[in-house]
Amino acid sequence: MSAEKTENLSWIDKRFPLSETWRNHLSEYYAPKNLNFWSFFGSLAILTLVIQIVTGVWLAMNYKPDAGLAFASVEYIMRDVDWGWVIRYMHSTGASMFFIVIYMHMFRGLLWGSYRKPRELLWMIGVVIYLVMMATAFFGYLLPWGQMSYWGAQVIVNLFAAVPVVGEDLSVWVRGDFVISDATLNRFFAFHFLLPFLLAGLVFLHIVALHHVGSNNPDGIEIKDGPKGNRWSDKAPADGIPFHPYYTVKDLMGVVVFLAIFAYVMFFNPTMGGIFLEAPNFQPANPMQTPAHIAPVWYFTPFYAMLRAVPPMYGSQFPGVVVMFAAILILFVLPWLDRSPVKSMRYKGPMFRWATAIFAVSFVALAWLGMQPASDFYTLLSQIFTVLYFAYFLLMPIYSSLDKTKPVPERVTS
Amino acid sequence: MRKLILATLLVLAPAALLAAETAHLEHADIDLRDQASLQRGAKYFMNYCNGCHSLKYMRYNRLAKDLGIDEIALRQNLLFGDAKPGDLIEKSMTDDDALKWFGVVPPDLTLVTRWRSPDWVYTYLKSFYMDDTRPYGVNNVLFPLVGMPHVLGDLQGRQEPVTVPAADPAAQPIIEGVKLVEEGGLSPKEYDTMVRDITGFLTYAGEPFQLERERLGRYVILFLGFLFILAYLLKKEYWKDVH
Repeated sequence: MSAEKTENLSWIDKRFPLSETWRNHLSEYYAPKNLNFWSFFGSLAILTLVIQIVTGVWLAMNYKPDAGLAFASVEYIMRDVDWGWVIRYMHSTGASMFFIVIYMHMFRGLLWGSYRKPRELLWMIGVVIYLVMMATAFFGYLLPWGQMSYWGAQVIVNLFAAVPVVGEDLSVWVRGDFVISDATLNRFFAFHFLLPFLLAGLVFLHIVALHHVGSNNPDGIEIKDGPKGNRWSDKAPADGIPFHPYYTVKDLMGVVVFLAIFAYVMFFNPTMGGIFLEAPNFQPANPMQTPAHIAPVWYFTPFYAMLRAVPPMYGSQFPGVVVMFAAILILFVLPWLDRSPVKSMRYKGPMFRWATAIFAVSFVALAWLGMQPASDFYTLLSQIFTVLYFAYFLLMPIYSSLDKTKPVPERVTS
Repeated sequence: MRKLILATLLVLAPAALLAAETAHLEHADIDLRDQASLQRGAKYFMNYCNGCHSLKYMRYNRLAKDLGIDEIALRQNLLFGDAKPGDLIEKSMTDDDALKWFGVVPPDLTLVTRWRSPDWVYTYLKSFYMDDTRPYGVNNVLFPLVGMPHVLGDLQGRQEPVTVPAADPAAQPIIEGVKLVEEGGLSPKEYDTMVRDITGFLTYAGEPFQLERERLGRYVILFLGFLFILAYLLKKEYWKDVH
């Protein structure tokens, strides 16, 4: 480094902690050396958020949030805007890929016990991120103004109408009209543009919390509590390696694989067989004609299946709505439900392992059931899987205390 | 874990069978690389369909460029009235007239193969049959009580429904398919080719950049493949001292 450059850097460092930030968060942030496949999804989530924000801003340059123009403006982007179809397919594929990445990232948290002390707040910020992400996706899905956009939004906003007493007024307040209309489209566009920046802020908090407590690892062992001293520093954890360059080059490898999968979907199967882009959404919204079968996009279907599984009480869908939101909100208390003396699934006993497997299968099954037209048999299956989903959380204090755990090693295993 | 997945699959398998699509669609077997077919499809569309159906997200000159039609041929064969090459492809009929004549406004067909499917369009155009109870004397197996007359009827000929008795003897017999009773201006084989051309053209119109998308996609994946080799070697080099 030339003397001049060092001088410039020190000028900056006196006014802004540039070198210090670089050291604290990259070159001297010590991450456990045994991170595996599951740890790719954190950096991939950031990448996907960036892809969504960049493509979203470029889409907004040609999109018209107007009930009379919205659908045609999307086709205009696909046909007449230079590279418009690339930007649009990147955004529509990105939405689904974002949820796949986040679901993997959250499941990683379950496997490694990353919600346990001292990472409770880190986990809770993550749950808030998930909620904001779902809101963003919900607002965004209305914007193409296709049949599924319109009727999907109609179904979801009608859920607010199920709230006792104030429900009807609440749903009108959300829509800005008695039905989904131009007013709804305008406000959904505004929120869809705003929320991703809020997400970026929450991701910042998530990383601040992460770097304060340190990264977890597949063994669920705190490297900070272990022996000190590695090749780079006497005070650093012995099992830690600098995030940069070790994990930056490793994550780069994950990024390339992820982008290849992303590109495959985008260029060869952008509708993913009608799952990422639903066929009825190629028809403009028509308030006079309800599609034969309304289903939300796949990433909402587990919760939609739960909503449909709960029978109405006193002619009200409200209990179903409560169950649906409870399914997400229960994640907030997860850190206090797990009483196991060990963190990672590696050292948990058979009960916890089976419970997690059943939970994962239930979630996937509910996602599938939520896409299907309702039938008695499917409703019964949805009820069974809804019960299993909640049982995982509600029975956790019991089975996690009874479970026979394995001894945890002193140091991380490779 | 594996046992669990298997058990779930066994539980869900009958459900998947129940959900199987009942309507039978014929395979359209279109080829978007066959420009002659797409050109014929465009010609048929402009002559038989465009009176009532628009392609309002598609421009004439984009179509001409993609299908290898020069501007003179475009002006002579595809542009009607005062339409200009840069215009969107609107229909000739007004919505008011459509409501008066057919009871509905015929849908725009730019994206019809995307919200239905190419196979649906192909089968639909082959599924008209004579039905005296309908205003235009025809009905459709795939789209019962459709308001559209059989525009290609003179070419295809006359078809009668093939019925099977309903489970309830008092109910109307169920219409299963159609059979040709009198050939029209085209042989059945020629008619199939014509319908395939139209379906191919509409599939092109639904996503004009489909071939370009796949062509570009191959380069992108190839590039990422090379990049992966570099990223993998870089990671390996850095990580060789981590034990």
